[in-house]
Order: sequence, then structure tokens, then C-alpha cells
Amino acid sequence: MQYIDYVTLPWYKKIVVRLTKAAKNLGHNFVALISKIGKFLISAFTGIVGGIKYFFSTFWKGDIRTKLSYLFMGSGCLLRGQIVRGLAFLALQMFYIVYMVSFGWGQLKLFPTLGTATKKEIWDEVNQIYLYEQGDNSMLILLFSVLTIAISIVMFYLYFRNIRMAYENQQLLKAGKKLNTIVDDAREFLDKKLHVTFLSLPTLGVIFFTALPLIFMILIAFTNYDKNHQPPGSLFTWVGLENFRNILSGRDVLATTFKGVLAWTIIWAIFATFSNYILGMLLALMINKKGIKFKSMWRTIFVITIAVPQFVTLLLMSRLLDDRGAVNILLGYLGMGPVKFLTDAAIARVTVIVVNIWVGVPYTMLITTGILMNIPAELYESARIDGAGPYKTFTKITLPYMLFVTTPYLITQFVSNINNFNVIFLLSGGNPLALDYYQAGKTDLLVTWLYKLTVNYQDYNLASTIGIMIFVISAAASLIVYNSSSSAKKEGMFQ
Amino acid sequence: MRMGMKKRGNVANTIIYIILSVLSVLWILPILWLVITSFRAELGAWTPYILPKEYTINNYTRLFTDTALFNYPRWFMNTLVVAVFSCIITTILNLMTSYTLSRLRFKARRAILNIGLILGMFPGFMAMIAVYFLLKAIGLTQSLVALVLVYSAGAGLSYYIAKGFFDTIPKSLDEAATIDGATQNMVFWKVILPLSKPIVIYTALMAFMAPWLDFIFVSVIMKDNYNNYTVALGLWQMLTRENIYQYFTQFCAGAVLISIPITLLFIKMQKYYVEGVTAGGVKG
Repeated sequence: MQYIDYVTLPWYKKIVVRLTKAAKNLGHNFVALISKIGKFLISAFTGIVGGIKYFFSTFWKGDIRTKLSYLFMGSGCLLRGQIVRGLAFLALQMFYIVYMVSFGWGQLKLFPTLGTATKKEIWDEVNQIYLYEQGDNSMLILLFSVLTIAISIVMFYLYFRNIRMAYENQQLLKAGKKLNTIVDDAREFLDKKLHVTFLSLPTLGVIFFTALPLIFMILIAFTNYDKNHQPPGSLFTWVGLENFRNILSGRDVLATTFKGVLAWTIIWAIFATFSNYILGMLLALMINKKGIKFKSMWRTIFVITIAVPQFVTLLLMSRLLDDRGAVNILLGYLGMGPVKFLTDAAIARVTVIVVNIWVGVPYTMLITTGILMNIPAELYESARIDGAGPYKTFTKITLPYMLFVTTPYLITQFVSNINNFNVIFLLSGGNPLALDYYQAGKTDLLVTWLYKLTVNYQDYNLASTIGIMIFVISAAASLIVYNSSSSAKKEGMFQ
Repeated sequence: MRMGMKKRGNVANTIIYIILSVLSVLWILPILWLVITSFRAELGAWTPYILPKEYTINNYTRLFTDTALFNYPRWFMNTLVVAVFSCIITTILNLMTSYTLSRLRFKARRAILNIGLILGMFPGFMAMIAVYFLLKAIGLTQSLVALVLVYSAGAGLSYYIAKGFFDTIPKSLDEAATIDGATQNMVFWKVILPLSKPIVIYTALMAFMAPWLDFIFVSVIMKDNYNNYTVALGLWQMLTRENIYQYFTQFCAGAVLISIPITLLFIKMQKYYVEGVTAGGVKG
């Protein structure tokens, strides 16, 4: 259905259309998700079976040089004249063996228990001092185990590649073709295999600074690495799903905190997203209205507030809105009592949303301006002829049109508001503190609570659990909306 | 009838002018207050009055002369160095990633896109403790190199906006160049990049600004090595409970000093910012 057809429907039909569309999408998405997972599992299984088959059959079919590459990586290349490639494989194998023997295996062995030997104090009779015997460090064991497992997976892949390459070389030579020289390889990496060249560095960066640390932190969620189990003084160990159980269903203070903070995070995300969106759009409409002069001056005024670093403006706001701050002094001049902008729970929640409007509206103004200009003028024209006022025009034409076009932007905004660390952390610091909460305040979001738990209280296990919960929420929100919006399917339309 | 319409339009415009003026004041006031406070002679975070009693430029001069505890000039240079390096690295890596994911077709492409999407949904600094220990293992903590590494390592994940831009460039351009014998590598440097000025500038601008704005990663990596602080973390340090009375006005002065270049840069580049975001984020 075209947008224009939809707009002309009476309101009750619109609701029906929306609901059926949502239901259809939901059912469709769910089925699609399940079938995707199923397909993935099947293809993974067939892949593994095929790989094993290939592994053995190639060994039988391979000549001595191919067979040798099962033992020494790179022999299939080295013995057929591809010196550099072969040596690179061999060097990698050597490195891996040395790494595993000298370090990796020792860490991996302790992985199931995360260490057993605590730090010991031994009285040294001769020198009359305490000597410390270094114990296991669970944290380092876990970190290096993850690293070792990752290296092993890469090595396994390379080993397989090596076999494959050896066999392919054998086939090529048998068919009377020439093998790639190092120059051919280089040329190929700039053309047909450019993606490998371009992606290798970024991928390495992401693996080392995002993926591995994340896997490590996800694993932490299944341990008792809290402030009472801090290596190197003491060990921590696996506890299964206990952290999740505590946060989700416990009747103690943890579950209360999680529920409270989660509810506020969602309320915050909804209000912060839509208030910025609608007000920013109104601002853009006002500035761009026909007949308004000094457009670029108005725009610049609001853009300045984006350009001043956020941590500066937010820290400043927190001083301004303090009980003793300038705003309250001003109110005092006007004969009004001090307002507890940031120290009363309910008022503080309103304050952070309002300040977030101050922070975010200029962004929306900038971004929506261009799209607002694209709304077909006929729509406005016909609305005016029908006698619609500005309010009606906005709610019936502008808003639905914008919602229709900018859904992806709204989702990213929603997810980034769930993770909106700066505004809360710098403005209220999550305060006012709540007595019935565990290390959190009334304006704390899940992310700022996570931050406090890691940096201030060293409850890493809880922090990781919360991080996983944040992921689940963001993923669910995006999946539901993103899949039903068309942009996912339209990718490449312009090409 | 015509007159009536016009009159109504004038009234509406007047109302809009009033609203815009009020909003402008609301938006400018905090920044004005920042500037005024940076010239305030009296110390302290709070004064029982609004306008300062005396004005001075000491807050600015002391930033550069009184460097025993808070070495502002040094932090400024640190941030500049980190910003320049991470800007170069991030821009190159980011553009290569987004170009590859947008215009090259290979087997793992969909999988990489999905993994990127999934990784992006974890809160960014959930990983930072682990990153800290990793850096410690290679002996890089508390150094500027570590900062550059941390800021540029994420480049592979922020492909979303630039990819959206590359998606909109017609595929026929690549094909024409390929027929003329260009390799994919040449297509990128000679055909696509020259067409992508807005997104190159946008990516570079964002990467350059990040070190001036972030204080979370710096605080985790630098701990107490004051000498290697960046401006953001240093200024943040001025507002701790024991320093705020003495240093609040200096904080304002320091904040004004870094805001000026960033503001100028941003106003100059806002066109590219808008093009970047609308190309990648909205059209999807």
C-alpha cells in the first residue's frame, strides 16, 4: 500500500491496517528467525561433516607433498615452489607450538577451575620476614584462556586452509597449470581478494579490542568475580546462572534494584527519544517556515550548543541546577523557593529528561531539516485547501510522514538512549541515592549502574550480567522494529 | 480575504519569532554563563549571586603558568597528538571497512554485517576492564599509544554511516572502471574516494573529536598518570570534591578554550555532518 493511500483512510481503518501489519510482521519475523537459526544449524552441521570427509579423503588422494602438509604446515606450498607462502605457514605452526607449550596449555588447563592455589604467606626463619608465594590469578587465567582458545581456532582454520591449498596446488599441477607466484598473490589481494586486504586490519582491531574483551566479560557473568573475590589475593570460580537468578528473580535488594532501574531505563529511553524527535522537528519547521528571516543565524545558535563538548555543558548544567546553583538563585530573586532539581527523585527524573531535550534537540533539528524539505508540497497544499490549521497539518501530515521515513533513525536513537551514559552520569551521577537499591540511584540507567559496579565497587560479575541484559533489550527492540521496517530489505536499491 | 490571510501569516510569524527568541536565550544562557564564569575573580563553584563581582583573566593565564598539579598545556598537546593519529588511522580503517561491506561481494559479507550489528549492541565500555588488562599484558597501559589504539580499534565497527553513503553511489561507475582495466583497489582510491568528500570529512571530523570528548576510556587506561591525561579527563579531575572550590573557574576557562576550536570546526563542517548522518542513518 502506498503512503498516500494509507493517509486517506479513516482512523479506525488505519488502526486495523497497522495492527494487521504488525501481527503479520511479528509472525513473519518469528518464523523467519527460527528458520534462519535452523538453516544456520543445518549448514554448520553439513559443513563440519563435509570438512571431516574432505580431511580424510584428501589424505588418501594426496601425494607425498600433500600428505606431508598434514604434519608440517606449508609443505604443500614450500615443496612446490611457493617459498614465501610455505615459510609463512611453517613459521605460524612453530609459533603456535612454542606458544602452547610455553604458555597457552598451562592457562587452558586451569580454565575449568579458574585456579586453585591461593596466595600463600610463608614465614622465612632465616631472614625473619614473610615471603609470599604467588598463587593463581583467576582473572588472568580466564583472560589468557580466552586468548588461547581464540588463537587455537584461528590456527585450526589456517591448518585446514593449508591442507586445502596443498591439495589444490597438487590438482593445478596435475592439470598442467602454473601455480601462483608471490607477485600473482599480491596482485590478487589488490583486486579479487581486496576484501581480505581491506578488512584484515579493522578485523584485528575489533577482535582484540572489542570481541575478545566482550567474550571475556560475558564469561565473567557466569563467575563470582565480585568485590569479595579479587585476584590476586583470592580466587573466583564458575557459578553458572546464579547471577542471572539473583538479578531476575531474587527477592532481595538486587532484584528490586534491577527492576527499578530497568523500568526507569525504558521510560527514559521512550521519553528521551520521542521528546527530542518531536521537539527537534518542530524547531526545524519553525526555522524553515516561509517568511522567517535569519534562518542561518537561528540554526547557528542551536548548533553552537552541539559543538561545545557535551561533558562541559552537562557538568555545567549540573552546577547550575544544584540546590545552591544559579537557577535556584534566580528563582530566589523571583521569590520562589529552591527547587530540588537533582536531589528529589521525581523532580530529578524530569530534570534529566528536560536537560536531555536541551542536549538533543539541536541534533534532531539539523538532521530532520533536509528530510522535512522533501515532504511533497501537494500534501500541504491540499491540507490548506481543506482548511487544516498548523496543528492538524503537523499531526496528520508531517509527523506520520517523518515516522514513516525515519524509522531506522528512531531505532538507533532508542538504542543509544538505553545506553545514554553521558547525560545521566555527568548530570545527576545517577543520584539521588536510593536506600532500597544496591549501589544505584533513582536516575541511574542500566549502563550507569554497570559503570558504578565496575569502577567503584568491583562487582564485575553483576556488571557483566547487566551488560548482557542491556544487550538482550537492545537486540529485542531493534529486531522487532528493524525487521518490520523496509530499509533492511531495500539495501542496495540505489546500486 | 487576501489581506486576512497575510495578516494571519504575520501574526503566526511574530509568534514564531518570539518562540525562537525565547528558545535561543534558553539554549545560549548556559554557554554564556560558562564564559562569564571563566572570567570570574572569586573562587568556588557556587556564589550566592549570579553575575561575578570582579572580572579577571587570571583563570586563563593560570592554566598555562600554574602547571604543577594540573598541566593544561601538556594535556592539550596530548589530546592533539592522540586526536591526529587516531583520526588518520580511524578514517582509513573506517572507510576501507565501509567500502568493502558496501560495494564488494564475498562469502562472509552477510555474516560480518550481522556480527558487527550484534557487537554494537553491547554497551561500549562493558569491555573496557578487559581491554585494560589486555593492554597491561602487552605493557602499554598509561601511555598515549594505548589511547590511539583504543580509539582506532573500534573503527571496524562504526561502518554504518559511511556504508550507507557508499550504498548510494551507482554501481555502474565501478563496472565502467573495471571494464577499463582498473583493479578493485584502484576503483576505491581513484573512482569512489574522490566522490566521497562529505563522508570522508564527516568520518575524519568524528574521529578527530572523539579524544576531546571522551573521558571514560582515558580514565580507565591512564589511572593516576596525570602527565598523560587528555583535556577532557584533566578538566573532569578539576571538579572532584577536593579540587572544585579552588579550580572551578579554571575549569570554565579550560572548557572555553577547547570549545572554541571545536565549535568553529563544527560550524564550518556542519554541512558534511548533516550529509553524513542523513546519508547513512536515515535512508538506511
